[in-house]
Amino acid sequence: MVIALRTVRALTLIVGMSVLTFALMHFSPLDPITRYVSSDPRMSPEQIEKLKIRWGLDKGPVEQYFIWAGAMLRGDFGTSRLYRTPVSDIIKGRFLMSLALMGVSWVLSGVIGYGLGALAAFKRGKTSDKVIRWFSYVLVSTPAFWLALILMLVLAVWFHLFPVGLAAPAGVLDANVTFAQRLWHLALPVMTLSVIGIANVTLHTREKMVDILNSEYVLFAKARGESSWSVFWNHGFRNSVLPAITLQFAYFSELFGGSVLAEDVFSYPGLGNMLTVAGLGGDLPLFGAIVLISGVFVFLGNLVADIVCVIVDPRIRAL
Amino acid sequence: MKDKAQSETLLSVDNLSIGFSQYIGGLKRRTIQVIVDLNASIGHGEVVAVVGASGSGKSLLAHSILGILPGNAIMSGRMAYGGEELTAKRQAALRGKEIAFIPQSVNFLDPLLRVGKQARIGFDRKTAAARQRELFLRFGLKEKDGDLFPFELSGGMLRRTLFATCVREGVKLIIADEPTPGIHPEALNEVLTQLRQLADSGAGVMLITHDIMSALKIADRVVVIKDGRTVEVAEASAFEGQGEKLAAEYTRNLWRALPENDFDLMFAGDGGNGHVA
Repeated sequence: MVIALRTVRALTLIVGMSVLTFALMHFSPLDPITRYVSSDPRMSPEQIEKLKIRWGLDKGPVEQYFIWAGAMLRGDFGTSRLYRTPVSDIIKGRFLMSLALMGVSWVLSGVIGYGLGALAAFKRGKTSDKVIRWFSYVLVSTPAFWLALILMLVLAVWFHLFPVGLAAPAGVLDANVTFAQRLWHLALPVMTLSVIGIANVTLHTREKMVDILNSEYVLFAKARGESSWSVFWNHGFRNSVLPAITLQFAYFSELFGGSVLAEDVFSYPGLGNMLTVAGLGGDLPLFGAIVLISGVFVFLGNLVADIVCVIVDPRIRAL
Repeated sequence: MKDKAQSETLLSVDNLSIGFSQYIGGLKRRTIQVIVDLNASIGHGEVVAVVGASGSGKSLLAHSILGILPGNAIMSGRMAYGGEELTAKRQAALRGKEIAFIPQSVNFLDPLLRVGKQARIGFDRKTAAARQRELFLRFGLKEKDGDLFPFELSGGMLRRTLFATCVREGVKLIIADEPTPGIHPEALNEVLTQLRQLADSGAGVMLITHDIMSALKIADRVVVIKDGRTVEVAEASAFEGQGEKLAAEYTRNLWRALPENDFDLMFAGDGGNGHVA
């Protein structure tokens, strides 16, 4: 029953997203033909006409949608209008790049954020708590792209600690790029994304942990002679890590949004960066595919969050 | 038993006052006094019932003995345990070892931890499992009950679990905070019997409750509290008849207003058939 409901929800989500994506692209003031022609001014009007027919732009919008959606249903993501290669090939490489960036940031922001939140709760009212909270409030109100620019300015431009952008040194063959070089290029985008994600987990964990520390079972634990560390390990962690994990999975959507901005600023060749290029270039097949993949990605994040809840909390299981 | 208790005091609380500081309207602070000049003492092998209405500061008394009052509490007065002053440092060293606290509800157990594991906390890692099983058997629990989560326990099982989680070898003082409400009579008697047995084996028991009738079944002495003040310390035997042996008006009224004593005050002319649910 629950599985059926979830499946229906996933399907309606995908259909809704495809309609919305198509509509936005269709009504966008950026005409794909104009964008394409601007890169090649020698094209004759006849050639442009042929291109329109090839891209299916001569047909009505509803018909266009069904042709596109139908192909997607068969697993055919189509051919990119900008790159003239199959969309699936482009996405494959890019997806791994984004996965590395988002995965590392996700883990880092989760672990650091949880740690800071728990620490603040145990030291509530003290200076360390105030510093952590102040730091979190500042971060929460910091836009990702702005932070990316600041990090780039300070760490890359002024101190030359990290490269300004890209995922590998320029002018080096992909096969010759070392793992260390990749990590070095990953550092700034990862820093941006993790730092942006920390505040969220920190503030929520702090609230949750303060509730736990004020609970009767912690009072009882203290009455039984448990130390602060024992209280954290036996009760605090178990009761607070679940909301933190749920939050971190539900945070997938913001993670993806953040990665678009961070990848753009650092010209990091991931999905987010590609999304911007495809959107501005009127490349519907590429744009649509990335949107759908990110949608499924976010949906899976939420699904995992729900499943984790059920596994960890016996009270939910009993319902 | 009584003579022994008086000669050998285990815990004494003298002139205990507890207040809470609170901010009212900006930076103005005021202190709310919850307990004022409270006195109580317990001897070895003695059950002392602390009786009072809800909100009379009974639980705070327990928390102050254990040293687990909230941070904004201001405490004064003197507490002595085993003849020596009970300092914060001694409290930290004694609680969970010599001084045990039996709480009142399921909320005092960690909701996400199997009860067997909760009972093991504080034991040496190697022997913890065996000792926990021993304790569960001693308090009438089955071995597989240890796999349950707190929300799966019945009222009676919860009491037994709480006892098994609190009462350890070497416990000299047991503070039971409202261990009786919301359980059926059989489980209630079981709890009272357990407490009496603990006292008979030499421990001091402080039974905090608003249920005078239950308390009188096992108590040697009764401390009556009203609005955070000690109204009277009476021998359990003084609670009889119309309460002629009781010194304070409040205690007499409390005693005579019980349903078992026909609501003497409330329904004086009613013939006493007014048992309310």
